[in-house]
Amino acid sequence: MKALMFGWEFPPHILGGLGTASYGLTKGMSLQPDMEITFVIPKPHGDEDTSFLKIIGANCIPVVWKDNNWDHVNHRIGKLMHPDEYFYYRNHIKYDFRRIETDELGCINFSGVYPNNLLEEISNYEASASVIAHTGNFDIIHSHDWLTYPAGIFAKKISGKPLVIHVHATDFDRSRGNVNPDVYAIEKRGMDEANHIITVSNLTRQTVIEKYHQHPSKVTTVHNAVSPLENAERFKKTPRKDKVVTFLGRITMQKGPEYFVEAAVRVLEKTDGVRFVMAGSGDMMNQMIHLVAKRNIADKFHFTGFLRGDKVHEMLAESDVYVMPSVSEPFGISPLEAMQVGTPSIVSVQSGCAEILNNAIKIDYWDIDAMADAIYSIVKYPAMYKCLHNEGQFEVNTITWEKAGYKVRDIYNKVLGWH
Amino acid sequence: MKTICFYFTLHQPLQLKRYRFFEIGNDHYYYDDYVNEASIRRLTDVCYLPANEALLEMIRNSNGKFKVAFSISGITLEQLEQYAPEVIDSFKALANTGSVEFLAETYAHSLSSIYDEDEFQLQVKKHAQKIEMLFGKKPTTFKNTELIYSDEIGDLVAKSGYKLMLTEGAKHILGWRSPNYLYGHPYNSKLKLMTRNFKLSDDVSFRFSNWSWDQYPLTADKYIRWISEMDTKEEFVSIGMSYAALGDINSAENGIFDFMKALPYHALVNKISFATPSEIAEKSKSTEVITSPYPVSWADEEKDLSAFTGNDLQNEALQKLYSVGERVRLCNDKSLQYDWQNLQSSDHFYYMCTKHFTSGASAHFSPYESPYEAFMNYMNVLSDFLQRVEEQYPSSIDNEELNSLLKTINNQELKINKLENKLNTLKAKETVPIKPTKTPATPREKK
Repeated sequence: MKALMFGWEFPPHILGGLGTASYGLTKGMSLQPDMEITFVIPKPHGDEDTSFLKIIGANCIPVVWKDNNWDHVNHRIGKLMHPDEYFYYRNHIKYDFRRIETDELGCINFSGVYPNNLLEEISNYEASASVIAHTGNFDIIHSHDWLTYPAGIFAKKISGKPLVIHVHATDFDRSRGNVNPDVYAIEKRGMDEANHIITVSNLTRQTVIEKYHQHPSKVTTVHNAVSPLENAERFKKTPRKDKVVTFLGRITMQKGPEYFVEAAVRVLEKTDGVRFVMAGSGDMMNQMIHLVAKRNIADKFHFTGFLRGDKVHEMLAESDVYVMPSVSEPFGISPLEAMQVGTPSIVSVQSGCAEILNNAIKIDYWDIDAMADAIYSIVKYPAMYKCLHNEGQFEVNTITWEKAGYKVRDIYNKVLGWH
Repeated sequence: MKTICFYFTLHQPLQLKRYRFFEIGNDHYYYDDYVNEASIRRLTDVCYLPANEALLEMIRNSNGKFKVAFSISGITLEQLEQYAPEVIDSFKALANTGSVEFLAETYAHSLSSIYDEDEFQLQVKKHAQKIEMLFGKKPTTFKNTELIYSDEIGDLVAKSGYKLMLTEGAKHILGWRSPNYLYGHPYNSKLKLMTRNFKLSDDVSFRFSNWSWDQYPLTADKYIRWISEMDTKEEFVSIGMSYAALGDINSAENGIFDFMKALPYHALVNKISFATPSEIAEKSKSTEVITSPYPVSWADEEKDLSAFTGNDLQNEALQKLYSVGERVRLCNDKSLQYDWQNLQSSDHFYYMCTKHFTSGASAHFSPYESPYEAFMNYMNVLSDFLQRVEEQYPSSIDNEELNSLLKTINNQELKINKLENKLNTLKAKETVPIKPTKTPATPREKK
């Protein structure tokens, strides 16, 4: 089976959870022997892992016919794509896209991030998609997140192949109900046009059904998983006197950082030997620093700023408790990463990952008493830590992308009528 | 002639209220009165009263030939007295028929048989007294919490004077043997063992309402036929289950009461009689000795202690709890002893069991959302309780020292009392001869 996927990011150059999930899922699916995945992203960097799938950069796809010789093409994009492929795609330009600004190869210069002219970039992505779609060399189209829905829809209209869209988040999660109408319109159209909708949690599925008015039979949940952490043992907890309780993520409204601070206040009122860490940055960071000072716990509450790469795992491994009090989280992979290094996690029931985790503490994001109580018992009762540490690590290792991949495959088969 | 031995167990723990860590040291009341009352009242309506009525009717209609035994934990009896005294009355009515036996067990439905020998014996004694007080007869048969049994526990029970103990017919102690015989204890010949036939028991308690069971529907006719078709040498079958099987697990609408009521007729027609455990122990001899070096129980598929002591959470909670047993027994603070007893119910530890994540079984018996929540709440309560014990007797004094100190205090008190009495009698001797002469004299003088 050949799947044509449209994505927006791919490791190692990622900006959010979408890239990680795209990588995990495609890698998991590649374990199916007859699965061939072509993954399109706006702007690859050339250092992506292409051992298990083919990556096409939309910025190498010609959308306007320009006369170029082989050597020049090789010189320009040779490290991203074989020049023969460039000419193959050039032969499939069927529409006139001269209104779009292109370079001398006839390709669009995508930024590959989330620029201010994002909507323009999304519609340009459609143009690249149309050229790929005209090759017709695939069985099914799979679009990851709203940025790529228009490309998926166009590809579906051109090729007549079924479209599956993958909802990693909705604008309701990002905006806490204050939805951007442009984004909503793109999301809604994608869902309406799709043959099937995959959501990353039942929470998201419910949003898709209720807020986007989709028929429940068309929406299936495939929970995210976590890629195995290579030699997890290298992340060790250095013995220290104080216990460390960590919040890690963007410090923004969606992640509920203020509830973490309030819970810290409750714990510190009653206990010594506990320190709280807020790692990450975001628009609410200064507000949180003020709050911590106002509550008079600044001597026990620390900010690290933005962490990257291995530092994330190091921070998680050094912690005794990881807390994710998200107000609305479609899935939320970080508790699983914490559990991989053996750190007990407390997650809000408003997070998608709470649906599949047994060996984590689940609380309502607003219930600071429950959150404080859970933190207290993990740092004070050794059995609680030990049990969550062992059972959690064991459990998270059973949540694999391979299983998620098979669920996606079942959906493909159903949509295509292959059995 | 075959005999059926029915016994039902009743136990409702005192559920703990939501107890956050910031209440430790401030709030010493641990129970959720509303939930406890509601669950007792609910069970009274759907199970205890209708089931008692049905059994009473069965005994009367069969002229006392139908017999049954009950094992009711002390904690449950206390709650019934408080919230549903009419249930106690209806059990008294059952007791008066003479066809009902009440079994002994641990007062708190506790795991003390494994963790604290002294506590175990105290609780058994206390429970027996309670049963005697309520139903007028001292129990002679012992049934441990969740049918937990090992050679050691058997010996302990025999030393307390019980001649028969009920346990689970678990495959790992019976091996190829049938549960339908009486067995003996390996080194204490005074004790007989009656093993539960869990297949026939679960047929009624767990499979009766199960539509997907290939034997559904279970009728009295069929059930008695199974029993009558058993090997002729097997004289009895012991069928034990939670009383909730009548009316709660299997609702009245599913016909459980009609099934029960039809049993005596079909049994008597097939020449099958009923007996209480102690009657069987008197009549039959134990055939063989069975050994059980490790404890068995009737819980889950495993039939061992893994549902109660299988993980780190449970072990820590149990160890912390029983570490103060000796101290609590030394003190005479009533409320401390009351809490000590209630915190021992095996249910609190069952809720902390994590193995149900994978098997999925019996998870709905827990009032908590997860074993971790159960542990958290219990440990907060226990922390407060341990602080109170510590306040009574600081841990800087070790038990022996404490014991001897308390002994001296007690002895001194006794001595003081003794001396005071002596003094009083001496005083009386001195004053008595004088007083009668003086007192009558005064009124006369006044006249």
